[in-house]
Amino acid sequence: MKKLYCTFAVLLLLCSAVLLQGCSELLVLNPKGPIGHSEYFLIIISFVLMLLVVVPVIVMSLWFPLKYRSTNKNAPYDPNWCYSKKIEIAMWLIPIAIVSVLSFLAWRDTHRLDPYLPLKSDAAPLHVKVVSLDWKWLFIYPEQNIAVVNEFVFPAKVPLSFQITSDTVMTSFFIPQLGSQIYAMAGMETKLHLMADEPGEYIGQNQQFSGAGYPAMTFKALADSKEHFEAWVQQVKQSPQRLDIARFKELQKPSSSVPVLYFSSVDPELFDYIIHQYNPITMDAHPTGDMPHSGHGQ
Amino acid sequence: MFGKLSLSAIPYHDPIVMGAVVGSLLAGFGVIVLLTYFKKWTYLWKEWLISFDHKKIGIMYIILSLVMLLRGFSDAIMLRTHQAIALGASQGFLPPDHFNQIFSAHGTIMILFLAMPFLSGLMNIIVPLQIGARDVAFPFLNSVSFWLTVAGTMLIMVSLGVGEFSRAGWSGYAPLTELAYSPDTGVDYWMWSIQIAGLGTLLTGINFLVTILKMRAPGMTLMRMPLFTWTAVFTNVLIIFSFPVLTVALALLTLDRYLGMHFFSNDMGGNMMMYTNLFWTWGHPEVYIVILPAFGIFSEVVSTFSRKKLFGYGSLVYATAAIMFLSFAVWVHHFFTMGASVNVNIFFGISTMLIAIPTGVKVFNWLFTMYRGRVSFTTPMYWTLGFLSTFAVGGLAGVLLSIPPADFVLHNSLFLIAHFHNMLVPGTLFGFFAGYAYWFPKAIGFRLNETWGKRAFWCWLIGFYMAFIPLYILGFMGMPRRMQHFDNPAWQPYLIIALLGTGVICLGIGCIIIQLLVSIKDRHANRDVTGDPWDGRTLEWATASPPPVYNFATIPVVEDRDAFWDMKEKGIAYQRPTQYDPIEMPKNSWHGVAIGVLAFVFGFSMIWYIWWLAIVSFLGLIAVVIARASLDDIHEIIPAAEVARIENLRYQNMA
Repeated sequence: MKKLYCTFAVLLLLCSAVLLQGCSELLVLNPKGPIGHSEYFLIIISFVLMLLVVVPVIVMSLWFPLKYRSTNKNAPYDPNWCYSKKIEIAMWLIPIAIVSVLSFLAWRDTHRLDPYLPLKSDAAPLHVKVVSLDWKWLFIYPEQNIAVVNEFVFPAKVPLSFQITSDTVMTSFFIPQLGSQIYAMAGMETKLHLMADEPGEYIGQNQQFSGAGYPAMTFKALADSKEHFEAWVQQVKQSPQRLDIARFKELQKPSSSVPVLYFSSVDPELFDYIIHQYNPITMDAHPTGDMPHSGHGQ
Repeated sequence: MFGKLSLSAIPYHDPIVMGAVVGSLLAGFGVIVLLTYFKKWTYLWKEWLISFDHKKIGIMYIILSLVMLLRGFSDAIMLRTHQAIALGASQGFLPPDHFNQIFSAHGTIMILFLAMPFLSGLMNIIVPLQIGARDVAFPFLNSVSFWLTVAGTMLIMVSLGVGEFSRAGWSGYAPLTELAYSPDTGVDYWMWSIQIAGLGTLLTGINFLVTILKMRAPGMTLMRMPLFTWTAVFTNVLIIFSFPVLTVALALLTLDRYLGMHFFSNDMGGNMMMYTNLFWTWGHPEVYIVILPAFGIFSEVVSTFSRKKLFGYGSLVYATAAIMFLSFAVWVHHFFTMGASVNVNIFFGISTMLIAIPTGVKVFNWLFTMYRGRVSFTTPMYWTLGFLSTFAVGGLAGVLLSIPPADFVLHNSLFLIAHFHNMLVPGTLFGFFAGYAYWFPKAIGFRLNETWGKRAFWCWLIGFYMAFIPLYILGFMGMPRRMQHFDNPAWQPYLIIALLGTGVICLGIGCIIIQLLVSIKDRHANRDVTGDPWDGRTLEWATASPPPVYNFATIPVVEDRDAFWDMKEKGIAYQRPTQYDPIEMPKNSWHGVAIGVLAFVFGFSMIWYIWWLAIVSFLGLIAVVIARASLDDIHEIIPAAEVARIENLRYQNMA
């Protein structure tokens, strides 16, 4: 038993040392956007509530066998005692109580943190269309009429409204420090809403394994001030490259570790074209009771 | 003539794979040499391969699963070693092609070819003994189930040296598994090995459910059954209801890959989300299938080694039943991020949280079994205590993940990997190791070395923490799963600690192997003469170790829970009957082996598009089944004199 106590003590020390060392690296626990903040809160509160059960269990699992070890003849021995109404009630009610609280939080916050729900803000949202390819990310800015591969630049403090699809297998669009991920699937459109509280350089990635080039599907997500963002848009508009369907077909060819590409204009039908390659009827992955409608998407 | 198969299927260019192939072949060759040298071929065939004895089938299942533990664990060592160094400029030593096959094989092997055969093996050896029966309901089907599992296992083993394995993960998401994205044999190996082994498991589920419901000894009502038998009931119900869903999911994928259909493809009306739903409708009950028998083992062990009645028997049974029902209602929690509507995610989040309640109840019942007991620290009890203290951490992580928005930032990260390994290793695997240590004397006839058993435990416990706590942290740091390469140097220290932990676990596996060798060497000194080495409480301990083929010379009459303990307290435990009756037992037969071999050939020929061979082996399967069904003489009578001789010898040895 002493060995078990020692093991736990050492592990506890290790964990505290490690956690104290690199807090800023714990991206999920260091969110930089309102969605991430709410999700962080949920993680902390459910962790704390569960400790109400987990700590007593761990303590009992070490203390009971120690106290009631067969060599300890002083401890009471009750070989036929196998039921207690009080304990039975407590062992059902305490977890039920904790799960009830967590269920309420889950109900409330799954509504509030619905990826499809636009963020409340005074600023006008920035619309971005995201396409996952083998093995890179394409970002289309329909309002600015530009497109970028493998870099996502956006203004901080502005709500981001993503429409997401895939030109390949199932992938998952994720910027850990801003919040939720969501799958990208061919022939379908998923939606996501995020925001950055402050300018900064964040990492984006693919969180759903998609083949040989999957680990290289990281991109920089750069939040900047509105002025710097507008300047960057102008910079992209200087690019000699234009993203039309022919150029897109070249992009479709499997490649990984693709350097950042700027396109000074985008075919406005491109995103719908990508979806329609796989699905002539536009269908949301997220049914809200609407019938699928044919023709172009929204 | 040979379909797609050619000599180029053998990966000559890859030294690591060729090393593994040569190693496996040498090991197999070594076994053949030993069998020949000790002239044991006839013995092996007559006494083991064609045996319908549930105890022998169970032992063969466990041998199979322990061999696959070595294969699955070598995958783990390679993954951890590679990930510890694959930072920045270094590409590690496993190119993506190889790395992706290894993690796919690791998951497939550990769940379907370690955990499933292990639990089938323990159920096989113990359940008929615990209910006071002489055999299972369908002995031939039992043999078929085992050999179908072997066929699936052989396909996995062959995939190492002939062709490649799947690169699409053990879950095989569409459309990555479609021909467009996985054109080679890899996915086909994965698909057919699981489909064939899955059929074996389904038959086991039916077999054991019928056995438990219909063949209990007189007086053993349902509420007098041992907990391991109860968890076997619930496990088998889960198997019967969930495995057909997997069969359908894989069959539809087969239609896509072989006949150009579009169930799960990107285009032509296919819907990949359907695969995800079907797979996890099976996949979630599957993880309860692998954990419930472990829970049953913990119930037996904690009660026996606290020398005390199991606390809250009723609530343990009802809680497990609740878990069984709820496990069909939680599957969407595996893909909260797939874009389902808010209400769908909320429903499944809450149902997932609900399932934590009966699980917690069981943990409390085990803890209170120790309370006011007399706890002895045997190897099985060590595994149980390791489980009780560590499993709760994984449960905490699980409840955290069950809240959809929390899952949105942790899904598919190493936090998830840490969570489910926290359930599978301290839960399932420790449970099976406890069952192995607990029931080894019963099955084999001598005790295992306690010192090496405890060393194995400490290596596994410490190694587990070192290997998986860093992964929880890495999940919070944003590291996704299945990464062949990464660029963030902050992740590396944790991956190195995880590698060291894997090394400690490796020592633990070494201890288990040494334990077996030492125990065999000392088997005469540690012979289990009475059949009851632990002062057990349930009926399996009433038989000899190992039990005779018929288990019980006279079927016991049960008067209470903990039937054997009850008999010991009443002084009627070892009563010699005045006379013995002849006993009818099933005859051993080669049909099960034949079905396994033909199933392997069928799977292999389907994988390599050798159509003529697929047709021939399929017709062969039908022919063997018809041949078996036409047999009238499938029983043999053990004469009363023989039964008397066996029993008298046992009483002599006990004296």
